[in-house]
Amino acid sequence: MNFNPMNFITNLSYMLKGMIGIFVVIGVIILITVLLNKFTGGKK
Amino acid sequence: MDLISFLYENFTHITWQMPVMWAIGGILIFLAIKKDMEPTLLLPMGFGAIMVNLPFSGAVTQYRNAAGEIISKAQYDSLIEQGLEAEIEEGMLSVLFNAGIANELFPLILFIGIGAMIDFGPILTNPKLMIFGAAAQFGIFFTLCMASMFFDINDAASIGIIGAADGPTSIVVANKLGSNYLPAIMVAAYSYMALVPIIQPPVIKLLTTKKERMIRMPYEQKSVSKLTRILFPIIITAVAGLVAPSSVSLVGCLMFGNLIRECGVLNQLSETAQKVLANLITIFLGITIASQMQGEQFLDINTLLILGLGLVAFIFDTAFGVVFAKFLNLFLKKKINPMIGAAGISAFPMSGRIVHKMGLAEDNQNFLLMHSIGVNVSGQIASVIAGGLILNFFM
Repeated sequence: MNFNPMNFITNLSYMLKGMIGIFVVIGVIILITVLLNKFTGGKK
Repeated sequence: MDLISFLYENFTHITWQMPVMWAIGGILIFLAIKKDMEPTLLLPMGFGAIMVNLPFSGAVTQYRNAAGEIISKAQYDSLIEQGLEAEIEEGMLSVLFNAGIANELFPLILFIGIGAMIDFGPILTNPKLMIFGAAAQFGIFFTLCMASMFFDINDAASIGIIGAADGPTSIVVANKLGSNYLPAIMVAAYSYMALVPIIQPPVIKLLTTKKERMIRMPYEQKSVSKLTRILFPIIITAVAGLVAPSSVSLVGCLMFGNLIRECGVLNQLSETAQKVLANLITIFLGITIASQMQGEQFLDINTLLILGLGLVAFIFDTAFGVVFAKFLNLFLKKKINPMIGAAGISAFPMSGRIVHKMGLAEDNQNFLLMHSIGVNVSGQIASVIAGGLILNFFM
């Protein structure tokens, strides 16, 4: 095990990419769910 | 005297790590039985930890040289390379590990059972709640960065995924990334899931005022059509698979289980998946993971560090969920209770219940359960997607 504090800064890009990725995917899922409810609502 | 020496000769092979692991196993069993903390996993893990830490335990694979003496795997490999005679005695737990954990089969099958247990109704009636599930995955990526200061990037990502608060996802990701620390990651993931009622409330209280905790959120009962319930798992699998192909097995198994539940024509299969299948896999999952808890490998500074980083992951998941809800409140006319942001972790239903109880503690007419459970369910979807994204980054 080596302690390398600079790796924290280097890997912040993964944090940014990961959080953007997850918000985008969940955003798409929210949109799809809203559309699903709109087009299939009322049919039980 | 030689006649009875076989009774005590193994005692001379007890190393210092073994009693320590027996104590750890005992603590896990104590927490499972006395404190009711994730007993379905901690109890088998605790018992398994004792089984595999007995001298020359037959529960795990042992290697012998031509003279019949026990040797290490490295020595065995060396003898085979030199063309010398050596033999393997396969242990039951090692066989189970290769059959169900090394190829991720057990956690994925367990996901079918979990999918069959989940009612996505609360997020289908209020889809906006899903955004908090996304926010509460922050701890995964923050911990990944923290862990990368000490470990190589694949191990750091495997440690970060402890923040998914989701055992099967942690196993799949750590396995696929070839992490050397699977047992420690598993112990951390399941222990902290059980400790959610202790970890989350102080973080939530630290970041919210009493006034914020008292914000009421009226719940509007809406119906969801059967067609929506059926299409939802199919579409989520397709969307997640298109964005993160590595997540298809994870998301797919979860959603397959949910489709069995919602389709309405497979009720018996749904019941089997929820109870028998999930219970069977759970029995083997814990004890099989314990096969990797051999003292020589488990007891080192890295394990302690991983346990610490796991705690960081849970704290930052909770904190970011709350802070994100507070941030949204800056723009919303109808304020939301920021505590529900903390329910976005995957520990279901503990996290949702904690938020509900904290709301009631401040105002006995503040019923947050439907909102917090909705956020909690969305955390399950988001954590699997986060696992898929991590696999996409590092595989």
